Amino acid sequence: MPNNGLTSSEITPEGVYHDRRQFLTAAGLIGAGLLGGASLPVSSRSAGAQQQRSLGTPYGLQPTDSATPEEDVTSYNNFYEFGTGKDDPALNAQEFRARPWTVKVDGLVAKPGQYQLEDFLKPSKVEDRIYRMRCVEAWSMVIPWRGIMLAEVLRRAQPTSAAKYVEFTTLLDPARMPGQRYPVLQWPYNEGLRLDEAMHPLTLLVTGVYGKDLPNQNGAPLRLVVPWKYGFKGIKSIVRIRLTSAMPATSWNIAASDEYGFYANVNPQVDHPRWSQATERRIGQFRRIPTLPFNGYAEQVASLYSGMDLRRNY
Amino acid sequence: MLTRPYFGIAKQPRGFAALLFVAALLPALVIVPAMLSDLFLGSSWLGSDATKAGEHLLGKWTLRLLFATLAITPLRTLTGWNWLAKHRRTLGLFAFSYVCLHLLTWTFLDVQVLVSEYVGWADVWKDLTKRPFITIGMLGFVLLVPLALTSTRASIARMGKRWRALHRLTYVVPILGVIHYLMAVKKDIEEPLLYGAILATILVCRGLIARQRAVAP
Repeated sequence: MPNNGLTSSEITPEGVYHDRRQFLTAAGLIGAGLLGGASLPVSSRSAGAQQQRSLGTPYGLQPTDSATPEEDVTSYNNFYEFGTGKDDPALNAQEFRARPWTVKVDGLVAKPGQYQLEDFLKPSKVEDRIYRMRCVEAWSMVIPWRGIMLAEVLRRAQPTSAAKYVEFTTLLDPARMPGQRYPVLQWPYNEGLRLDEAMHPLTLLVTGVYGKDLPNQNGAPLRLVVPWKYGFKGIKSIVRIRLTSAMPATSWNIAASDEYGFYANVNPQVDHPRWSQATERRIGQFRRIPTLPFNGYAEQVASLYSGMDLRRNY
Repeated sequence: MLTRPYFGIAKQPRGFAALLFVAALLPALVIVPAMLSDLFLGSSWLGSDATKAGEHLLGKWTLRLLFATLAITPLRTLTGWNWLAKHRRTLGLFAFSYVCLHLLTWTFLDVQVLVSEYVGWADVWKDLTKRPFITIGMLGFVLLVPLALTSTRASIARMGKRWRALHRLTYVVPILGVIHYLMAVKKDIEEPLLYGAILATILVCRGLIARQRAVAP
């Protein structure tokens, strides 16, 4: 792969991560620079929200970025399986049980399988990474995720030469996911990536946030995070990963194809039909900030799309 | 004519006007300070996205007050509370005030003209001309302006029949408002549909009353 800016030495080994100095936050007692690139201030609403912790390795962050407070990350969610309001998931997902959980890997792979979540995760190295998150609705966050690289999972399954795409599917269980009782979207939620996007080292299967297990409202127990794409690509509560030769149908594209494309790369130059994507409002901050091509990850991922008309392939 | 039960309230209860005024003002007295406090003092009364929450609440209260204005005539007919009629103007002017707050919030706190260095009036113009839900919302606002300006007793006296004709726009504006709301949401259309159903009910009631009046001597 061309220079993606992610040499292995940059990826924090787990031991180092745990030993790393805890850092002080928005009080500004210690600047991020003092602690090296691995820490950044958490912007906070109140003194109580100030937390001392190491958040992981930051990728694609801008000098002015600071982590979105945990209370916002875990209370302001789009997860239609638990309701369409931003605060619905945190309210309605409380009783959801994310264990036991099985994940199936099948389709065009030499080694298909169905795994208990623990067995599925065990062979992979768990990493903490701070990513920018840009919602298609023109708001954004900076979130410290914990997860494994999707590429490792796919390599173990050994995609065949015919495999070109990866399809992801959310649990379908209206009894446990009350939002699925209404035909808001086509259930179960489906998402997809091109195989090279899925193999990219930035693409994560996430199991935790802010150093803890993923809360139900954030997509427990397993979700996708693709930081250069709009947030709706980050499918939650995944039960199936299928390799295909044809481009998978995706839920939001089925719902409104003029508004939500398959690629959904963050692009300030291509407006959503109902609003501009040139700027964004960072949750917890008042002033708009410019939206960056590929959400700030152009250096790492732009080459995946060379020669493509990004206005047509939105 | 329909029966007029009066429900024992043939005359306006004392303090009603003041009560109505406070009731209509109260949402704004909560929403605006809560939103500003969240944005500039770090509280989170309105959740994680105070701008959007405040903007949406002000929009919904605009619709509610427009509905209340339209509902007075059917309510009066059903109950015989004729003293309600003079409060239409109060409610209508409150609806106009809320839509002004909604529009100010949108312009300066959401789009952030003159606030963000990355946003200019050209962006507002683009929103107004290229995004149908914003065009429709703005049209509703523009149509409300002459109604607010001609809400005085003097205007009613001066304009005569033309006043009645002009103020028929009170039927058009809430319809535009509900369409604006419906188009603004993604897939969560339940609430805007509920608003649409309430508006339809009020309009049907008004239609029935108008017909009854037309046949009555």
